[in-house]
Amino acid sequence: MPTLEKQDLIANAAGRIVPETVNGRPQTAYMGAGKYQPMGRKAAPPIRTAADYPANGDKRVENLESALRKCGLRDGMVISTHHHLRDGDRVALMALEAASLIGAKDLMWFPSASFPSQKSAIALMEAGVIDHVEGSMNGPLGDYCTQGRMRGMGVLRSHGGRWQAIQDGEVHIDIAVIAAPTADPFGNCDGSHGKSACGSLGFALADSIYADHVIAVTDNLVPFPCVPWQIQGNHVDYVVEVDSIGDPGKIVSGTTQITRSPDRLRIAEFIARFLRDAGIMRNGFSFQAGSGGIALAFVRYLKQMMKEAGVKARFVRGGSTKYLVELLEEGLTDYILDGQTFDLDGVRSIASNPRHLATSPFTSYNYHGKGNFASMVDAVILGATEVDTNFNANVVTHSDGRLLHGIGGWQNCLASGCTILAVPSFRDRIPVIVDEVTTLCGPGELIDVVATERGIAINPRRKDLIDAVKGSSLPIRPIGEIKQEVERICGGKPRRPQRSDRPVAIVKWVDGTVLDTVWKVG
Amino acid sequence: MNQVIEKACSFGEAGHCGCDIRSDVRVRIEPRERGGIETEIESRVKAYYGEAIRRQTEEVLESLGVRHARIAVSDEGALPFVISARIEAAARRAGLGEGTRVLPDRIRFPQPSARDRMRRSRLYVPGSEPKYFINAGLHGADGIILDLEDSVHPNEKDAARLLVRNALRAVDFLDCERMVRINQIPMGLEDLDEIIPESPDLILIPKVESADQIVQADQRIAEINGNYGLNRPVWLMPILESALGIENAFEIATASKQIVALTIGLEDYTADLGVVKTLTGSESLYARQRVVNAARAACVQAIDSVFGDVGDMDGLRAWGGNSRALGFEGMGCVHPSQIAVIHEAFAPTAAEIEKARKIVAAYNDAQDKGLGVVSLGSKMIDPPVVQRALKLMARARVMNLLTE
Repeated sequence: MPTLEKQDLIANAAGRIVPETVNGRPQTAYMGAGKYQPMGRKAAPPIRTAADYPANGDKRVENLESALRKCGLRDGMVISTHHHLRDGDRVALMALEAASLIGAKDLMWFPSASFPSQKSAIALMEAGVIDHVEGSMNGPLGDYCTQGRMRGMGVLRSHGGRWQAIQDGEVHIDIAVIAAPTADPFGNCDGSHGKSACGSLGFALADSIYADHVIAVTDNLVPFPCVPWQIQGNHVDYVVEVDSIGDPGKIVSGTTQITRSPDRLRIAEFIARFLRDAGIMRNGFSFQAGSGGIALAFVRYLKQMMKEAGVKARFVRGGSTKYLVELLEEGLTDYILDGQTFDLDGVRSIASNPRHLATSPFTSYNYHGKGNFASMVDAVILGATEVDTNFNANVVTHSDGRLLHGIGGWQNCLASGCTILAVPSFRDRIPVIVDEVTTLCGPGELIDVVATERGIAINPRRKDLIDAVKGSSLPIRPIGEIKQEVERICGGKPRRPQRSDRPVAIVKWVDGTVLDTVWKVG
Repeated sequence: MNQVIEKACSFGEAGHCGCDIRSDVRVRIEPRERGGIETEIESRVKAYYGEAIRRQTEEVLESLGVRHARIAVSDEGALPFVISARIEAAARRAGLGEGTRVLPDRIRFPQPSARDRMRRSRLYVPGSEPKYFINAGLHGADGIILDLEDSVHPNEKDAARLLVRNALRAVDFLDCERMVRINQIPMGLEDLDEIIPESPDLILIPKVESADQIVQADQRIAEINGNYGLNRPVWLMPILESALGIENAFEIATASKQIVALTIGLEDYTADLGVVKTLTGSESLYARQRVVNAARAACVQAIDSVFGDVGDMDGLRAWGGNSRALGFEGMGCVHPSQIAVIHEAFAPTAAEIEKARKIVAAYNDAQDKGLGVVSLGSKMIDPPVVQRALKLMARARVMNLLTE
């Protein structure tokens, strides 16, 4: 592969050094938030005719291998899979291994996210079946990439950025393989029912619309019609029935646990009080929090404050959990707009409550659309691995340069009215507030608040927020002061690990431009 | 047996490591005759602090006078004051560095604590778990107890002492009173030797049964302070944990002028009685009332035991309310989430404050008019009622409950 030879590198508008060409495709360097103006028309799959599909609607084929053959699998193709079954997913590896049996080489695997249970994809890369991954890489896959062992370069995108890349034709999907907890022979798919129910199938929606070929794989085949049809069978070429699409125990957790860590509880309480004291928590407001321990505790604290103040939200954004479902069922929010469903209470609710709605990265996050939901959310609570004193943040790499996490919806959520990073001030001995982030994932101009257990820092750009919390008993402090305190505790600034000058992956911004580079480690 | 002892002297180990351990470090020191210092460092923060850890290791060994040894450090992100304490403990266990104290830099030295300061909540932090030290002060407890007694395994007492000593120098506990619970006297006297030079604000003495134990501790503290030329007050809080201790409550409470509070340990007390500790606490009602009465008679604070069920906030709230009604001024916490609930339970209610405010106003009015009799509406107010109201207002003021 020629892609990892000598790179032409340039500095982008954020001052980060990025490659001009990635995996043979020319790239646009990041120009600043909201600066890049896309042109042209959206991509589209070839026109098909109903004459080529069974009139009785039965698109079943005997197995995934035949389906891939019928799709015309060839070397170098792009195969996409999705992570709505999270760490329990079996379909992605099933598809890649079937491709391997057929003898395909140099594939690009395009998952919406990868999980530790998919580490055997490394063997397929070593065998040359997969050339590279464009999608989040963490755990073993992240290490493989950052050690520079992947032949092609990794491309990390947000959920919205993945939709944008597909829609804009940056990534052309040859074959999309969609894991369906319930499907009918025509290819209509639903995620909220069946033994492998996971809630929403939103991550697979773009692939179903734009891919050349679409295969639905299900372990719960029902007679036509499968309702609700989150994926429309009119996009689907073939349907494959298997014994199991995933391990239910890892698809959703039984109960999501609120953290017992006093520091994390403290951060969660700070954020809830911040929303209250800043006046963001008011009738008709909206918020989004994820499924981490801090986020869950935050929802619990906020719920108490909403009750005390007699305040009701118009909508809350999932990933849904038991705690969001409680808000809905107790009348503290009108709607849950759900991107993914994290626990059994969430799955039960989305299947039965008409006010708990599945969304997709198109409605929620796509930056190259006529707006999206993310910018209408009043406040969002996110994590980060590092943040600098200008509020620039990293969410993908550890301070030692290793890939740890995917971007998920993180970048897209920065568009909210008040973006709050919930972070401990240090992890082990490693300070979270740094001089310069290892990898830039979010520009500081979009990050408003950093909440740590030692105090809350408000971005000086947000004078309105600073004024709004004047008189609050919250410990509002300059970010530099918290940083200094933590450096003293940790025994000085950490040494910055040496990085090589060889790019192994890039981080895309929501508009498809290149925001930063992940470099080979060690 | 001999062989074991010989082996134990040939090297020293201290601290903990492993994937489920955080903020601690395991240090192994093997003295040798020659060959200088050979250091092997493994750390989950090696990329950032590997060199700093090596440098610190060498400096601590040099201070301890160790010239020839093999050192293995397995670090799980321990902070510098922990690393230093662990190296010192390992060296001492290897029979090295006798009599030398390697002290971390001292941060801001807080104001001495006042005899009658509020002691509503005191948060227990196990003395051998350094991960809990650094943020202990953030949660707003009136006091932090670095515990050397029940939460520390008998084999870890020596190492915990060094950790706690270093924490008193290097950790900012903010506005919390810095308390240490030593071991029962006489073992606790050894704790004092290590701890007192770092000027803790208060020493909790467990399982006190006689005034003599207090006198021993008091004398040892005075002696150490004298040796180090220190004159900050070190207050004492005896813990009564047996039937005998309760019987001697007043004698104990008056055994030293340094005593500021008397408290009770209900786990041990109920075990001594052979009864079950219940949520209502009726089995310990006599003992708790006895403690309140003895404390009052000795003009010191009465402080209640801990409430052990971290998950039961309603139970804690009820216990705290009852405790305040009995005359206690605070209680212990085993988790930071209990602090706010306890502070609420020990705070005067809005209705109580309002009533007291009216009484105090009537009292002031009577004073201004030179009247000997205070009356409120149609009621005459007796002097003790006025006294109680003044006390309640003062307490409410300290708790920031007055909107003036």
